[in-house]
Amino acid sequence: MRTAHPFRPPPPDRDEPLLDVAGIEVRYGGIRALTSVSLHVRRGEVVALIGANGAGKTTTLRSLVRVVPWSAGRATFNGVDLSPLSTEEVTELGISLVPEGRAIFPNLTVRENLEIGAYLHRNKQAMQESLEDVVKLFPRLGERLAQEGGTLSGGEQQMLAIGRAVMARPSLLLLDEPSLGIAPKLARQIFEAIRAIAASGVTVLVVEQNTRLALEVAARGYVLRTGEVAKEGASKALLDDPEVREAYLGGH
Amino acid sequence: MSWLLNALAQGSMIALIALGYTMVYGVLRLINFAHSEVLMMSGYVAFLVDDRLLGGYQHGGTRGVLISTAVAVVAAVLLGVGIEAFAYRPLRARARGATARIAPLVTAIGVSMLLQSVAQLAFTATPQKFDPRLAPPVGYVVLIAAVVMAGLYALVHLTWIGKAMRAVSVNAEAARLMGIRPSRVIAVTFAIGSGLAAIGAVLYSTTQASIEPTMGSSIGTLAFVAAVFGGIGSIPGAMLGGVLLGFLGELVKFTSFSGMKDAIVFLLLVLVLLFRPAGLLGSARARRSSRRAWRGRARTFAPSTGGIRRACAGS
Ligand SMILES: Nc1ncnc2c1ncn2[C@@H]1O[C@H](COP(=O)(O)OP(=O)(O)OP(=O)(O)O)[C@@H](O)[C@H]1O
Ligand SMILES: [Mg+2]
Repeated sequence: MRTAHPFRPPPPDRDEPLLDVAGIEVRYGGIRALTSVSLHVRRGEVVALIGANGAGKTTTLRSLVRVVPWSAGRATFNGVDLSPLSTEEVTELGISLVPEGRAIFPNLTVRENLEIGAYLHRNKQAMQESLEDVVKLFPRLGERLAQEGGTLSGGEQQMLAIGRAVMARPSLLLLDEPSLGIAPKLARQIFEAIRAIAASGVTVLVVEQNTRLALEVAARGYVLRTGEVAKEGASKALLDDPEVREAYLGGH
Repeated sequence: MSWLLNALAQGSMIALIALGYTMVYGVLRLINFAHSEVLMMSGYVAFLVDDRLLGGYQHGGTRGVLISTAVAVVAAVLLGVGIEAFAYRPLRARARGATARIAPLVTAIGVSMLLQSVAQLAFTATPQKFDPRLAPPVGYVVLIAAVVMAGLYALVHLTWIGKAMRAVSVNAEAARLMGIRPSRVIAVTFAIGSGLAAIGAVLYSTTQASIEPTMGSSIGTLAFVAAVFGGIGSIPGAMLGGVLLGFLGELVKFTSFSGMKDAIVFLLLVLVLLFRPAGLLGSARARRSSRRAWRGRARTFAPSTGGIRRACAGS
């Protein structure tokens, strides 16, 4: 992976967090899915967001890319207020989401799926370079470029979804349960790839149910409980926390 | 041999028009009933430009038809995109729940009737005819349609906008996450479909049909059937459906049922749909692969008819 982001100038203020979320509330009809979520991610960090089913992890990520609106609170990216923006505009700012369930395009080939990931740039040469980076990251995709996305196995589809997001050359990558429904060994490989992406300079916020795996890769973590941040801290501290161990690490 | 060419010519004209139905359905899950009126209006534009401005066969000759076709294509594109922007887009942004499916459909029918009435008022109900000497040879009809459709195929598979179209048609929300603006893709889809319809309309009206306010409903219905026949939403399906209907129409002429051509076409359609509900090339493959794609817990990103509306509501 190349470390530079050729499409965006370097950020002005190194100290201010890249993503700053303050007290976001999201309602689905009458139901409050998020009561008040506050978190931040600094440049270059890998941060994990963990929590039980229905805690609001997916809702948090979806609200950040403006697929669901928030009814209170504030989120800024690179100092830019996200609330007036559309999904496309947020994407243009440099945020890429790898959605839960992958949402690859089954009718497009693997190559086309990756190409469409670079839609924002629409530059043949830059796209070719990104494609080579992704293939280096996931050699299995390289062997299947001509295959239709829908014919890939679940794990390969996850790789494709991540690869497609990387093609956009984001500065912030949001991942929603990348290990979902994937065998442990492959899940580990996928997290190794995430580590490599982060090492290339991409900031990462990853949602996971596989708490151990996520906290191994992330430096910090947030624990979400019924729409609120219940705990936050360094990954090591969270892994040692008796409550976290009890609730999310199977008590071991 | 000439019979074969005739059938192919008939079929390719139907296919050109069927593509507009199928492409719009592909991205919006909407049957654009106004498509047949775009076809009718572009027939009028071509005729009036050729006959009134360029002096018909006498003065304009073949060159006149080419110029008036170009004008008709531009007019059709403007009309198609205009209908989308003024009639469908506001509904997409507002409609919720059960009405979200019905409202655009009713609007489409309304726009169709409105345009027919406008044509009645503006052009009267008297059928107009191109000079028969302006009709292109059958072989040319097939060639023109083939070239246009090959161009469409290349556009859909090789260009950014084509890939964006295919992405939006299967999952608009995921497409937006790539930075694709569905509203732009939808506009382009209407533009292409309408432009193709204009070419089909000129071919039709120079070779056989007269131009009248109701021409859209007869030819348009046939094209719509072809689109469903081939599998609505599928571009190769519309091409295949059109060609098959062309052959069917020519075959029926040999039998004593030639007066019942339309009834036979519909009977066959029903039979095909009984055995292949998604049409000949319908989304069987897409369904199979999408089942794999959405396996697991994909509720929020599953492709659905509701998906595009929700996904487009903000665009
Ligand atoms: N589209 C929706 N409409 C209504 N309620 C929703 C919708 N999406 C999510 N919810 C509700 O919001 C709450 C949070 O859901 P969310 O999907 O964010 O949880 P999650 O932490 O991602 O869970 P999981 O680990 O199962 O993916 C849940 O109670 C869920 O039922
Ligand atoms: Mg979730």
